[in-house]
Amino acid sequence: MSDYLIRGARLVGTDPTDLLLRDGVVHAVGEDADAPGAREVDAHGLVALPGLVDLHTHLREPGREDAETVESGTAAAARGGYAAVHAMANTDPVADTAGVVEQVWRLGREAAHCEVRPVGAVTVGLRGERLAELGAMAESAAGVRVFSDDGVCVSDAVLMRRALEYVKAFDGVVAQHAQEPRLTEGAQMNEGELSGVLGLQGWPAVAEESIIARDCLLAAHVGSRLHVCHVSTAGSVEIVRWAKSKGWEVTAEVTPHHLLLRDDLASTYDPIYKVNPPLRGADDVRALREGLADGTIDAVATDHAPHPMEDKDCEWAAAAFGMLGLETALSVVQETMVDTGLLDWAAVADRMSARPAVIGRVHAHGRPLAVGEPAHLVLYDPSATGEVRPGESASLSRNTPYAGRTLPGRVVATFLRGRPTVLDGQLT
Amino acid sequence: MDQHLLSAGDLTRDDALLVLDTAEEMRSLSDRPIKKLPTLRGRTVVNLFFEDSTRTRISFEVAAKRLSADVINFAAKGSSLSKGESLKDTALTLQAMGADAVVVRHHASGAPHRLAHCAWTSGSVVNAGDGTHEHPTQALLDAFTMRRHLGELEGRHVAVVGDVLHSRVARSNALLLGTLGARVTLVSPPTLLPVGIEGWPVEVSYDLDAVLPKVDAVMMLRVQAERMNRSNGRFFPSAREYSRRYGLDLRRMSLLPDHALVLHPGPMNRGMEITADVADAARSVIVEQVSNGVATRMAVLYLLLSGAAPTQAPDHVDGPA
Repeated sequence: MSDYLIRGARLVGTDPTDLLLRDGVVHAVGEDADAPGAREVDAHGLVALPGLVDLHTHLREPGREDAETVESGTAAAARGGYAAVHAMANTDPVADTAGVVEQVWRLGREAAHCEVRPVGAVTVGLRGERLAELGAMAESAAGVRVFSDDGVCVSDAVLMRRALEYVKAFDGVVAQHAQEPRLTEGAQMNEGELSGVLGLQGWPAVAEESIIARDCLLAAHVGSRLHVCHVSTAGSVEIVRWAKSKGWEVTAEVTPHHLLLRDDLASTYDPIYKVNPPLRGADDVRALREGLADGTIDAVATDHAPHPMEDKDCEWAAAAFGMLGLETALSVVQETMVDTGLLDWAAVADRMSARPAVIGRVHAHGRPLAVGEPAHLVLYDPSATGEVRPGESASLSRNTPYAGRTLPGRVVATFLRGRPTVLDGQLT
Repeated sequence: MDQHLLSAGDLTRDDALLVLDTAEEMRSLSDRPIKKLPTLRGRTVVNLFFEDSTRTRISFEVAAKRLSADVINFAAKGSSLSKGESLKDTALTLQAMGADAVVVRHHASGAPHRLAHCAWTSGSVVNAGDGTHEHPTQALLDAFTMRRHLGELEGRHVAVVGDVLHSRVARSNALLLGTLGARVTLVSPPTLLPVGIEGWPVEVSYDLDAVLPKVDAVMMLRVQAERMNRSNGRFFPSAREYSRRYGLDLRRMSLLPDHALVLHPGPMNRGMEITADVADAARSVIVEQVSNGVATRMAVLYLLLSGAAPTQAPDHVDGPA
């Protein structure tokens, strides 16, 4: 395996230095980083971050290979600077057995764009009736640690309690899609003045917040770990902040789109902006940014949700929920958090790599860029700007809400175990 | 006027008055032995109905025919459940046929908006009712009807009573009456008012008896009894309780000032939101609303199409017959 000598990178935003990658690890940093014959990468002006870790990715395989495959989705991940992604369980068949999670895990190894960590379903078929064989998935080759019925809420309080208790046996975590189902039947967009004007059925904040509050109390009661998927409201941030102040093991993620986009986009009736949970108001966006800045929200997670064209090229109510996110996540975080002064690059590394790796128990990821550590890293040019062109995506789908929008920054290179998966912005 | 009529909010005060004045001229036609104008000869109007509504479709059809347009009625099965032809494919088909105007009724809010802005069709789009969003020509015909009886609506007070949450008629009326300078009070049980109603340019009341003595017109909305079912959200306890608190019966009608009108967009649930004797009372203009619908829709089609260039069918679809 060839050595890579990265010249002049600003490690998590500090002064420029050199990095030598050898045998899958960071072999040397600074003046020691020199090796005749190593392939050199000029990284002057670039920020080096540990390879990003996504807690929330829909790879759609098996079942919806028209929207995305493990191959295409992980290629998009690598282009976004990711070294590891968690593949959500709402595939067809559902990832609720050791067989399915091992299949996804194996496809990820074969694609080799990034590490794929399958998420196991909490309940059989995501039906919310009885627990899936969580232990079998944990002990499988996939080594599942994150369990989620994402797309559907584990709304039954007893079932949620049992899941939280059960995963303690193998240090697992339940990642809850917090959505009270009765309060959101037929819901289309954030419930507020605009939903009433547009005649689109409302998805009220209370449907998210009431489940989060209940789950925090349950997690505290049984002494387990809870992770809250895609928090979207100011009230959710407050509840998570309160739970953390109690010392409870509650973590939370926010998506890039909830950090940037607001519900007023629904007035176009263009379902490219239809997502679950829905885009919220300006006060929510502000609270999410503040929560991510002060660490109440632990992680940025993409909720990358590919859909074929026909599921978006239609009227709002008929369209699918979800939007692409892997390739634009770092740029959106730069625009909303770094350029606004809310986070420095070290904190970006924490929220997009270190903490998600800890939550998902993804060993050998999210580590600092230091000698002896695994050589997963991303080289990022924060001074670049570019227009988002859906046709250039590595995803099989085109449902990005940022089409035509100019975003800052560009992923120049991504390394996985010392080997580039992306160089000069292109897949290797 | 804009190229499309998607929302009553798209109309300026001048636009709205122009439609109403034009409708007045169109209405005078119906008194003549020959009721037809040659204005839209050679133009094609498509009635694209994804949701059954015989009365609205016929009203638009008569309106277009009185203007000598060619009319195509297209009843599409397009719900996401029935998996019929998509909105996009239907629109592309109509475009290939050279539709100058598409009158669209759809069960999904915003579907006409999508049609107008998606480059699937280049003709004018007229919203004939979309989901729980709007029904702008209904608001225009309501305003037209009230104006004939009450004169200019500036400063007049109109109560809109019933299921505001699900009513496209209420939304369009609130916007249009506001534009025309009328005062609007929405009367409804709190469960059937949208969240955020405080931001609308209207007043809100839960007490119909208190509002009726103060209004120049009361517009009763259709309320579906199924709204009290579990699957529909249990918005009120029972049909009887709804009728007692929000229905218009003879006792309540007697609270109205003598000149005040009773309107209903139809179809009525007699016995639910309105009793039969009120519906058939002298001050009820419900039947007149229907005939005014034709004149108003003639005015809308005339104003949208008479100034615009005809739509050309693209060359590549002109295959052998």
